[in-house]
Amino acid sequence: MPHSASAVRPVDTPPHARVGAPALQLEHVTCSFIPRTAGAQRYTAIEGATLTLRDGEFVALVGPTGCGKSTLLNVAAGLLAPTVGSVRVFGEALSGVNRHAGYLFQPDSLFPWRNALDNVATGLEFRGMPRVAAYDLARPWLSRVGLGAHAQKYPHELSGGMRKRVALAQTWVLEPRILLMDEPFSALDVQTRQLMENELLAMWAERRASVLFVTHDLEEAIALADRVIILAAGPRSRPVSELAIDLPRPRDVAEIRLDARFVALHAQIWQTLKQQVMVAHARAEG
Amino acid sequence: MPELKAEAELAADHPRAMWPWHLALLGALFLAWYGLTRAEVLSPFFFGEPLLVVQRLIDWFVSGKIFEHLAVTLFETLAAFAIGTAAGLVVGLWLALTPFASRLLEPYIIAVNSMPRVILAPIFAVWFGLGMKSKIVLGFTLVFFIVFFSVYHGVKEVSTVLLDNARMLGAGRRQLLRHVYLPSATAWVFSSLHASVGMAFVGAVVGEYLGSTHGVGYLILQAEGVFDINSVLAGVLILTICAIALDRMVTVVERRLLRWRPRLAGQDH
Repeated sequence: MPHSASAVRPVDTPPHARVGAPALQLEHVTCSFIPRTAGAQRYTAIEGATLTLRDGEFVALVGPTGCGKSTLLNVAAGLLAPTVGSVRVFGEALSGVNRHAGYLFQPDSLFPWRNALDNVATGLEFRGMPRVAAYDLARPWLSRVGLGAHAQKYPHELSGGMRKRVALAQTWVLEPRILLMDEPFSALDVQTRQLMENELLAMWAERRASVLFVTHDLEEAIALADRVIILAAGPRSRPVSELAIDLPRPRDVAEIRLDARFVALHAQIWQTLKQQVMVAHARAEG
Repeated sequence: MPELKAEAELAADHPRAMWPWHLALLGALFLAWYGLTRAEVLSPFFFGEPLLVVQRLIDWFVSGKIFEHLAVTLFETLAAFAIGTAAGLVVGLWLALTPFASRLLEPYIIAVNSMPRVILAPIFAVWFGLGMKSKIVLGFTLVFFIVFFSVYHGVKEVSTVLLDNARMLGAGRRQLLRHVYLPSATAWVFSSLHASVGMAFVGAVVGEYLGSTHGVGYLILQAEGVFDINSVLAGVLILTICAIALDRMVTVVERRLLRWRPRLAGQDH
């Protein structure tokens, strides 16, 4: 397995990072957007959100549509600076793009003009790794996600599930310590999706990265995560409650849904989520 | 994706099935032209005669008279095309990525673009002389704006997800330019090249027509001076064939460079 990717990263494990510091700490984060149309009111997507992702933990964020889940991820990724509040990554204040994080986007994010293998090697090249070394690392990762035979294909020649797997390899080849995922599998059919979820769990178990996984699917959240956090209906969203998922690992996402404990947890969390969904609906209607 | 492939093959088969019809239509038009001028329904003096036009073309090629003129026109066209495209690409990228300059210059760009620039030809002739330079400059002003606008608007529409992804993967400003903006821009440039290769021709020929000593435009002007309509039409015919050839060349290069792009059924003509 490739390990040398971390060697080219400018800041991988800063020596002064506190041992045991959480992977990610969002403190009282508020994000407001000033609309382009003059006279319109400023929109506050999230307000006073506090959230901690421990090192090696798998946390799922669940909430009704429009609750600012993606905004929260963008703040964690450093793509969006919070209006108020602070973000800490392994104990260090974050400024600019979060170099420890890999981000899996909801829409297709592959470079259409690069074939599958080129796409996987992109991040390594950006980080200054020589081409040959980058491709030597990228190739096993492409095989790892089952696409070794499709290296020369361009994204438009791959199916949706294959594109997601390339995106996964593109992110994982950099061995990020934090993985941010924005409904990465929502566009896939159920079977492909469960395969991908199991693959994700297997890779996570091996690497022990910290994962922040956004989804609107409560079942997916419970099946994958150590902890599920419910976000309030937007605007001015923030986490309203959370629950530890004490299901045993390793899990199979398809089978675990039949587990009695899973059903009990689902019922418990659904009560909270339902309230927020109702609020969101009422706001959308009104 | 077997269905998609089948569709692409269908599209590829399409032109092969159509070209005899294209030729038949062309033949019919020539025949109608021939018949109407022969029967003097249309005056041969004003509308020419197809056989004489072909005769004139053969004369030009046999005597070799056409080659120096054609070479001049083609050189002007290609130079205007190449310089205009390169400048449009660079300036379009730069301006789209420099918000202040873009907002400062926007009204001027719109003004220059809406101006009927062909009318500048006499001025260019005064500035750059009657040689090739003034024609290249005229073609340049026509090509530049087509490419410039398609790149300029294209950059503003580059996918934010791609940009975010590139940044998360560690791209700096220069890498964003090289690996995201430039490849996207290539696609937009090609969409405008078909229009601009025609405009490069317009620049060269109109420039020659308004004042020159060489070129197909000059030949046409000479013929017009003596009401030799057949030579005028022969010149037009040569220009048309050259324009089609250049357009096909753009298509060939486009297919090679944009291999990564899905080929749509309608695109493959």
